[in-house]
Amino acid sequence: MGAQRAATVLEVKPNREHHPAVKSRVKDLNFYYGKSQALKRINMEIYEHAVTALIGPSGCGKSTLLRCFNRMHDLTPDTHYEGEIRLYPDDVNIVSSEVDPIEVRMRISMVFQKPNPFPKSIYENVAYGLRVRGIRNRTELDGRVEAALRGAALWEEVKDRLDEPGTALSGGQQQRLCIARALATDPEIVLFDEPTSALDPIATASIEDLIISMAGSVTVLIVTHNMQQAARVSTYTAFMYLGELIEYGPTNELFTRPRQQRTSDYLTGRFG
Amino acid sequence: MRGQTEALEHQHIVRAFDEELARLTSAIVEMGGLAERQVADAVRALSERDVELAARVIQTDRQVDALEEQIDQDVIKLLALRQPMAIDLRLIAMALKISNDLERMSDYAVSIAKRSQRLTDQAELKPLQHIPRIGQACLAMVKDVLDAYVERDADKAGAVWHRDKEVDEQYTSLFRELVTYMLEDPRTISTCIDLLFIAKNLERIADHATNIAEKIVFIIHGTEINRPRHEVE
Repeated sequence: MGAQRAATVLEVKPNREHHPAVKSRVKDLNFYYGKSQALKRINMEIYEHAVTALIGPSGCGKSTLLRCFNRMHDLTPDTHYEGEIRLYPDDVNIVSSEVDPIEVRMRISMVFQKPNPFPKSIYENVAYGLRVRGIRNRTELDGRVEAALRGAALWEEVKDRLDEPGTALSGGQQQRLCIARALATDPEIVLFDEPTSALDPIATASIEDLIISMAGSVTVLIVTHNMQQAARVSTYTAFMYLGELIEYGPTNELFTRPRQQRTSDYLTGRFG
Repeated sequence: MRGQTEALEHQHIVRAFDEELARLTSAIVEMGGLAERQVADAVRALSERDVELAARVIQTDRQVDALEEQIDQDVIKLLALRQPMAIDLRLIAMALKISNDLERMSDYAVSIAKRSQRLTDQAELKPLQHIPRIGQACLAMVKDVLDAYVERDADKAGAVWHRDKEVDEQYTSLFRELVTYMLEDPRTISTCIDLLFIAKNLERIADHATNIAEKIVFIIHGTEINRPRHEVE
């Protein structure tokens, strides 16, 4: 089984007939927390302007993999990467120590599990990243803040109260504010780490709707414990287990006829 | 066979789900058993001119319909409450379709039984002797496809699928023979038409057994047998 699995992992790539361009390619990626290896030789392609979901039981490495994409692990001492995550079109290895993580985060932004607006106004939450990037012109700031808030389907609800604190919004609105903040800088990839696990079903539905609508213009990578959510929002799904990528393919195939027993057991709730 | 496909031997973490799936499967098996007996009895009622046996076939229809209804409700409940995935999803969705095939089979058996009652006071025609032969071929398909369902055996289901061709050929040859009879002696037309419909019903029963075979393969492998039936190796 071990050898067979290894062979299969090497060829796990979605059907290449009608997928969009490759936005990023993970090559032989290993990741270590100290001596403990959290990711084991991950190889996968992330497709441009599509939603790719990472699923698997707790501790499988899905969040660890997601965090590699914007070098979040750099903040944790005694961790290291091996292998590559190549970002296209310029073909840069974003986990290389020679690449500035700040540069990576300019291009790849992230939305977290719990809404975490800055203790600032709604407007400033979105404008912050733009200001950091040196944009001072008020007209340009206004335009881009509005565009980001519209992109996060929040504009209509907040356009008359942009000066109120972001923390005064409801949980679902705060999460959409965080999405607006992530979108403001025109990222190439947006990472979502369990973006709705702290939200009620209505707010969850609005975030899912937003993720689906974002997919036409931005590449999305999402980690979720909610398999139905992965099935609903993503075009491709990767199933991970114990740090390995077990199966990766078009979402509708993976959820209806997975090729690997491990995937099937997980999806059907048979994990012992 | 197992290594390639998803196995069901592991239990669900939620044990109630296992029980619900077992109940669904056993309802299908029970329904299949009833339909199989109806087909066997209808053919026997015809050849033995047994009016009472034919009446029993007709009465069994109610039980089959009740089971179909129960399966419909169970499937809807399972879909709503368990949000099944992968092999569970295929098993549950196909239960809905298989129960429909079994219900149709049962209806055809009833139709045969009704015609057999009408034929008891008619003079016996030679083509009648061929009906049990088609009947046995159909019955064997029904029996084997139900076994394949219980055993989750895609190979056995595939074998049933291939046998549909034989029943089709037997039907075509009987059809020709009946036409010849009717041309030779118009007084036999009424009886021949009844026999023709009976043969057609049996041929349809075999088609439904074939449909079920396709669904079993889909449950097990997640793929369809969708090439023209007679072209598959």
